[in-house]
Amino acid sequence: MAEPNPITSTPVAPANDSDDLVRVENLRKHFPVQSGFLASLLNRGHIPAVKAVDGVSFTIRKGEVFGLAGESGSGKSTVGRLILGLLEPTEGQVVFDGTDLGSLSPETMRKLRSRMQVIFQDPLASLNPRMTIGEAITHPVRIHITRQPEEGRRVVIEILNKVGLAPAEQFYDKYPHQISGGQRQRVVIARALVTAPDLVVADEPIAMADVSVRALLLDLMMRLKEELNLTYLFITHDLATAKYVCDRIAIMYLGKMCEVGPLTDVYEHSGHPYTRALLEAVPVPDPRHRRKEPMPAGEIPSAINPPPGCHFHPRCPIARPNCSVEEPALRELRPGHFVACHYAEDILK
Amino acid sequence: MPADILYSVRNLTVEYKTRAGAVRAVDNVSLDIRRGEILGLVGESGCGKSTLGKALMRLHTGPASITGGELWFDGRDLMKLSEREMPDVRGAEIGMVFQDPMTSLNPVQRILDHLTETIQTHEPEISEAAARARSEELVERLGIRRERLNEYPHQMSGGMRQRVMISLALALRAKLVIADEPTTSLDVIVEAKFLDLLKELQKEFGLTILLITHNIGVVAEVADRVAVMYAAKMAEVGDVKEVFADPKHPYTQGLLKSVPNIRLDEGELYKMEGAPPNLLHPPAGCRFHPRCPFVMEVCRTQEPAFDPVVGDHFASCLLYQEAGMKQESLHG
Repeated sequence: MAEPNPITSTPVAPANDSDDLVRVENLRKHFPVQSGFLASLLNRGHIPAVKAVDGVSFTIRKGEVFGLAGESGSGKSTVGRLILGLLEPTEGQVVFDGTDLGSLSPETMRKLRSRMQVIFQDPLASLNPRMTIGEAITHPVRIHITRQPEEGRRVVIEILNKVGLAPAEQFYDKYPHQISGGQRQRVVIARALVTAPDLVVADEPIAMADVSVRALLLDLMMRLKEELNLTYLFITHDLATAKYVCDRIAIMYLGKMCEVGPLTDVYEHSGHPYTRALLEAVPVPDPRHRRKEPMPAGEIPSAINPPPGCHFHPRCPIARPNCSVEEPALRELRPGHFVACHYAEDILK
Repeated sequence: MPADILYSVRNLTVEYKTRAGAVRAVDNVSLDIRRGEILGLVGESGCGKSTLGKALMRLHTGPASITGGELWFDGRDLMKLSEREMPDVRGAEIGMVFQDPMTSLNPVQRILDHLTETIQTHEPEISEAAARARSEELVERLGIRRERLNEYPHQMSGGMRQRVMISLALALRAKLVIADEPTTSLDVIVEAKFLDLLKELQKEFGLTILLITHNIGVVAEVADRVAVMYAAKMAEVGDVKEVFADPKHPYTQGLLKSVPNIRLDEGELYKMEGAPPNLLHPPAGCRFHPRCPFVMEVCRTQEPAFDPVVGDHFASCLLYQEAGMKQESLHG
């Protein structure tokens, strides 16, 4: 946008000189499980809960692409929603650019929202089928930028051109069903970026797109990041794609972080047996390649009753007796590279 | 039909009737599936790969119908069978595994009952005890403890449900299994183990598998040969090592370059411009010509034949055909 955005130029947060845009501290989110009357009697008031996120801490630095990876049920999307303030944490805090989100009034939170946006996996589910593309993007413009119709239209046209939906005038009056899946995701990207946010949470942004469209969408997201000085939280199950975009990456398993660090460190010197298994499992588009290491036994257990000690121990190829008792803490093995495994040194050897 | 071919599809056309007109989802496609092979069928959404998979069992109903072609399966043309003869082929001779096993299994039936009932339906002479024994033996081979057969589908994990689906096909000693995106709803580690299992079953039971997927990595991992579809047409077919090392069709070339590879240190992915055409109004000539980096004048008007380029490696591209070569020499 050519003119300074009136919302983002008004500081709603105290000045934050540090390099961290988001700081997450000991974040927990437990979802109570619905159970019958008899079961709740038997449990004597103790309500079982899905520990979707169970004590996670990390920071996202300004201008980086921070990857959050894991299998389904690992809690990665819940972390994204907690950061956006779409869910209330059970415990812990999210600090955005120096401000603790938990301390904000709804009004200040609403203003802060223009600085953090989200891109979800399914563009068709993210767009109102009865709203034209122009109308869909005009909504955030009206709330956060300008109430003047002509000015609003100009802003929308500009962002449409920027995301490659040109000529924008032609797309403005179209409905989501009239354009292709890749173009729809561009609309969602445009809507997210029109308020000039600082942080974009991208939750599996290309998972629904076809192979030949994925590269184009990734390229667009990375170009806009440079152009608009964005910071991305890139949530994905696809470690191959993450390799092309992330600066740092965190691997989650059953609500906990098992490894976090610069992408090359995590990929080339992974210190957690789960990370190694995940990397080894990724299908490689080369028929000459063969997997070397055996896959861990079983599947990801329930987050209602996660295994004691290290959550990964029942499936871990190098587990020892203490792994089922003592929970490993995240330890810094190399500068900025943290691993939660008692025997990380053995793996790195 | 040569003895090593289990299924031979010839000039198959499948049409969907829509309000806007008939759409050819599969347009004059020919394909051979060899005995004992895993054939990977890849393409993007809407290319017709799933429609083709269903047509192999004549599973189309409603707006879709097979409007032309022959389906030679194990010596006979399935197109010539009556509708009443088809159920003996479906399930018993050709098994099917879909993306979401939850929708293929009866939610209120125990897994064991499902298996024994299926066996007894197709083999009425078999005793219940024998059918049970066969089910138990099979699922154990697939890595599920036999006690778990008393459970309902929702009590099993996604990977287990998918193994149950495969065991259904094996229980009936199907000659061909059509697996349509069987690992798409699975996590990578479970996917890797399921793919290993497919390879083992191929060797152990001599199973022939048509693996339909959008995931190029999955094909590279398990397939012996690969078939690439684009806009309802077959673009390329060949040995998987050959096609990946030296793709002939420009679409395959672009597709393979745009897949992220975790083992490579390339900085950027190849970006294929454009999008697949709307099949209500497919482009004239070669369907890929509006996106093709090597497009020639002749490609806009003449449809390429699906011909061998070298040996068993087929591609439908005029670059390798007489009409295209003539034009090349004119301009070259």
